[in-house]
Amino acid sequence: MNQRLQQLVSRRGFLGLSIGGAASVIGASLLGRGAQAQDATPEPTAMPGMTHSGEGNGHNAMMREMLVGAVDHERNGFDPMQMLVDWDYGTISGETDEGRPIREYDISAGDIEIEIAPGIFFPAWAYNGRVPGPSIRCAEGDHLRINFANFGAHPHTMHFHGFHPAEMDGVDGEYRGAIAPGESFTYEFDADPFGCHLYHCHAAPLKRHIHKGMYGAFIVDPPGGRPPAREFMMMMNAFDTNFDAGNEIYAVNTVGHEFMRRPIPIKVGELVRIYLINIIEFDLINSFHLHAHFFDYYDTGTTLQPTLRMVDTIMQAQGQRGILEFRPRYPGRYMFHAHVSEFAELGWMGFFNAVNEADYGAALAEIGLNDEWDFKSMNGSTVRQPEVS
Amino acid sequence: MTTQTTPQTPSESEPQGLSGAAWLLALVPLILLGVVLTYLVATGGGLTELAGPPVEQVSIQRVMLPEPGIIQVEVVNDGPQTVTIPQVQVDDAYFMFEANPSTTIPRFGRATFTIYYPWVEEEAHLIVLVSSLGTLFEGEVPVAVETPQVSTNLFLQFGLVGLYVGIVPVGLGMLWFPFMRRLSRQAMNFILALTVGLLVYLAIGTWLDANEFAAELPAFWQGVPMVLLIALITLGVLLAVGSVRRGTESTPLGIAYRIAFGIGLHNLGEGLAIGAAFASGEAALGTFLILGFTLHNITEGVGIAAPIVRNNPGLRHFALLLLIAGGPAVLGTWIGGFAFNPVLATIFLAIGVGAILQVVWEVGKLVARDTERLGLPLVNWVNLSGLVAGLALMYFTAFMVKF
Repeated sequence: MNQRLQQLVSRRGFLGLSIGGAASVIGASLLGRGAQAQDATPEPTAMPGMTHSGEGNGHNAMMREMLVGAVDHERNGFDPMQMLVDWDYGTISGETDEGRPIREYDISAGDIEIEIAPGIFFPAWAYNGRVPGPSIRCAEGDHLRINFANFGAHPHTMHFHGFHPAEMDGVDGEYRGAIAPGESFTYEFDADPFGCHLYHCHAAPLKRHIHKGMYGAFIVDPPGGRPPAREFMMMMNAFDTNFDAGNEIYAVNTVGHEFMRRPIPIKVGELVRIYLINIIEFDLINSFHLHAHFFDYYDTGTTLQPTLRMVDTIMQAQGQRGILEFRPRYPGRYMFHAHVSEFAELGWMGFFNAVNEADYGAALAEIGLNDEWDFKSMNGSTVRQPEVS
Repeated sequence: MTTQTTPQTPSESEPQGLSGAAWLLALVPLILLGVVLTYLVATGGGLTELAGPPVEQVSIQRVMLPEPGIIQVEVVNDGPQTVTIPQVQVDDAYFMFEANPSTTIPRFGRATFTIYYPWVEEEAHLIVLVSSLGTLFEGEVPVAVETPQVSTNLFLQFGLVGLYVGIVPVGLGMLWFPFMRRLSRQAMNFILALTVGLLVYLAIGTWLDANEFAAELPAFWQGVPMVLLIALITLGVLLAVGSVRRGTESTPLGIAYRIAFGIGLHNLGEGLAIGAAFASGEAALGTFLILGFTLHNITEGVGIAAPIVRNNPGLRHFALLLLIAGGPAVLGTWIGGFAFNPVLATIFLAIGVGAILQVVWEVGKLVARDTERLGLPLVNWVNLSGLVAGLALMYFTAFMVKF
């Protein structure tokens, strides 16, 4: 009878609920209520860098639109904040006939469980035990040897975006094809062209191999480098936790709302450069919107002149990427997020914390960062990178 | 056939009281069972290879909107193992929440999630609980209105609804009593057959309602078998109580009381559903719905009064019958509106099914007896048209309340 009454006015009937969890509002309390004890739910964290407090009226202090709690990055073995500045330059093992460095990278595929949002675990396939995989960085013309070993339970490949011979394309069924579990292969080619690229697994089925976590940034610096800047790598990714071809958690660098809890410290007036890549599966587009600022955009990063000037929102389909450059104008917290509100509210939302030079050390300390992070963010480019192995 | 003549010792033919040693024998299987269980729990019983991925299941029992900006969700874990709900989405957005007593819910355990979400009056919302493995459990708010809190005014309003749905129609139906007293035996048989028809309809309706509630119970309650078994046991108990007075036929007044009891439980179910609908903001068409129930239930009064036409039991009994049959609608509306409990609702409705079936049997016997006295076959056109008229009355007046 209750269903009959419910159908009468249900305005959501067309949505179709999944089986199992679907329940009506009419169901009700069984005998006895839970004890009044409170635990398990973490206190709403005070937001670092917050100048205005939302307290004062009713539930506002709690009414935050974000995931509850914090992810254990140590257990994961990687930290989205470190991934922003963590470049893998490989090992220089020699020189080519043309005098270009030969860079060797050791990449292994494996199966790991990662915490993609506080308390939510995802059975990932990963390069080097992290999602996204290592941010491979080199300069245009460098000779690359990617020593790939598959320790996972499924065949995998590494497919790089960039110029390379067909044998090095890393596609299932073509040439060497997928690398079976327990096998290895060396992808070898020259880094070309310069730009903000990516690599990902191209084993079948492609959708699953990508959304399970097999992707990473491939940054090729132009000859002579780009102007000095504080540089970050942001991989826009998402996870389908219940395998229904729709994502439950969206993020930059895997962990939902991580940069809401820990705003990224930047300095007023300095040049900030973001290598932005979109790899989300299932959804047709993703986007990046920065509050209170305008930025120049270099589509795919293959030019030294911006392809878009003075914009505050850009759109990327899967596999699209580019470089953003902006200078923080005023101190304060500035949000950045997908301007697909749904993605933002499902995890893809964060803050920059712009501070004056004098306050920068404090801003770092506030979220547990040290000078090393600062150094790495300022010295990402291979062009000025002291080439030590 | 020759009778078997086996010498029997007294102890074999009629065992003496069990000695202490005999009781020990009964304990042996239990002790061994304990050993087996301990072994299984401690070692896995050599079945570790069969251990599959974890199965997560929770059942959202109720979604409440106690005040603006707050959504409360009551959850029962009816899966095979402990489930943790670390995050909650409302309308595809993660919002902060508190879990009471904990986000980790053991099997059979329950928890209340308080979500700080600015819900919108009269719009729809979807709440999704996300488990630690990323499984989604959904609960919906079809039309958001503040969940009623107990107040004198609302209490009276709900009582009034119950009155219109239960007491008023049953009372009005009983007022046909003086008219029915003037009917011929033949016509009275028609009325009794009509009563059987409406009771059959009520049995079917109550059965379906019971199963609808049962379907929403957490899995471990085994709702459908529960309804079936309770209905059968009720039927059995009532028939057994009836057969205690074997020889003396059950009195017409007794039958009237049992009809009132069965109908009362049915009306309790209707009250529950109406109260719950009001509580969840779904009674937008409330007045129309109540009108429908009033019309639908008027026949119930006829059914209660029909067996007692030949001996007027007096006003006091009529009042009591009215209270038993119509009163539960008031009670049901209160419970449904303020403290709905699907387990109890299912049990009450299942008892109602058994009780109504039993009076179908009794009134049926009454029709059979009276028809026999008239010297007519049991299945004659009068009886049959009475039965069909009863079914049709209930069926067509239900058009007002079925959507």
